[in-house]
Amino acid sequence: VNYGPDPWLQTSWDWRAAANFMAGGAGCGLLLAASVAGGPRWLYAAGAALVCAGLLAVLAKIGRPWRALNVFAHPGRSWMSREALVAPPLLVAALAASFGVSGAAPLAGALALGFVYCQGRILQAARGIPAWRSPVTTPLIVAIALAEGVALWLLLSGRSAGLGVWAGFALALAASIMLHQLWRNSLGAAPRARVAAERAGRPVVAALLFSLAAVVPVVLAPLPEDIGFALQWLAGAVALAGGAWLKFTLVTRTGFNQGYALAHVPVRGAGREGSAR
Amino acid sequence: MTRWAMVADLRRCVGCQTCTAACKHANATPPGVQWRSVLDMEFGEYPEVQRVFVPVGCQHCAEPPCVEVCPTQATKRRADGIVTMDYGICIGCAYCAVACPYQARYKTDRASYAYGRAGAHEQRRFDPDRLAVATKCTFCVERIDDGLARGLTPGRDPDATPACVNACIADALAFGDLDDPHSTVATLLREQRHFRMHEELGTAPGFYYLWDREPR
Repeated sequence: VNYGPDPWLQTSWDWRAAANFMAGGAGCGLLLAASVAGGPRWLYAAGAALVCAGLLAVLAKIGRPWRALNVFAHPGRSWMSREALVAPPLLVAALAASFGVSGAAPLAGALALGFVYCQGRILQAARGIPAWRSPVTTPLIVAIALAEGVALWLLLSGRSAGLGVWAGFALALAASIMLHQLWRNSLGAAPRARVAAERAGRPVVAALLFSLAAVVPVVLAPLPEDIGFALQWLAGAVALAGGAWLKFTLVTRTGFNQGYALAHVPVRGAGREGSAR
Repeated sequence: MTRWAMVADLRRCVGCQTCTAACKHANATPPGVQWRSVLDMEFGEYPEVQRVFVPVGCQHCAEPPCVEVCPTQATKRRADGIVTMDYGICIGCAYCAVACPYQARYKTDRASYAYGRAGAHEQRRFDPDRLAVATKCTFCVERIDDGLARGLTPGRDPDATPACVNACIADALAFGDLDDPHSTVATLLREQRHFRMHEELGTAPGFYYLWDREPR
């Protein structure tokens, strides 16, 4: 039995920190999707721009933004250091891919996967927040980034998605839904975080399920091109919104600490008279 | 080796907050920042109720999550167990604040004073290096290092002992070297039942709570 006050919501990280996971994750997902599925080269620039937007949001949040380069001057074993170290080569590779440099696209995709993995581990390493330190957090962040990436590809590519893209989309969505459920179940010992996760998770699961359901008619019964495009756009937009909401709420709504807890309460009258020293 | 640690006797603490005031005075922390604070907890239902005062703050963990996550190595753990902050390197990302399971970290973005405008004492002690960076209890590391340099013993000689321990009116707080079997803290932990907070997280805190007289 633990004794102590109820946990409360952390206030150290706000929407700006969440924006890094939202924009960075979606941008990395887009880079990965573009490196696998192809599409216009400017998709790589769009992915890089999203990653930059996320990093700029972090810059707006940190107390001493002019010292941000200290992350490179004194890198530690932190996953935040690793994320920062992956960012420059990722952005260079993405820009190179946008100019059609040979070999840059798969490199950008691989680095994007590394970047988003670091983002998952950043949250998981926050041992003060039960909802973040769950072992399911990293796979969930990676899976949702993949789903968002394909969603962005469906929205931006201007191409009719082939079966391979739809299959990848369905796989990423299904994995995200399953991992989201596992993640919520992992919060059993943190009731307040669990309640917040349940509440915030309803629209997320609804959005991901909707997008997953949208795959079925496209695959089973080829639709007229304009309807197919509309469905593709809708499925992408809804999945993207669901993923963004998941990460926003993960940071700002479910980030309860575990409060203080006593393993025992003191036994009164058992001490020695006078000083304990 | 030396392992500095603190012991709080939950049976003795009366919740007077003198340690909190002493810490604020010694470290000139701004309003709302309490490197050492005392929680006032109530448990149970009438007539079986209990009130407990619990001193909290940085636990100077042997496996500190804050050190692990710091992206600039501004937070470090010394060989003697004290977890330190380098304000000059910290970028104020507050990652350490969300990684700490003990809510021991503070970040204040702008200067604030107890009565609006800075008093003479606050003006004199104001440290701009502490703005927009993470701050926390240091076990009064300057006093410890200075005392050691003068041949004093932390935990026994007040000039080498953290301010909160010196100030405690109930002898509820003790400080010393865990690796010295004759130190107060080693003796207390050997003779009395104790626990550490959130031990299941693997942080191995250097802050112990005594709760019963019986030996383990």
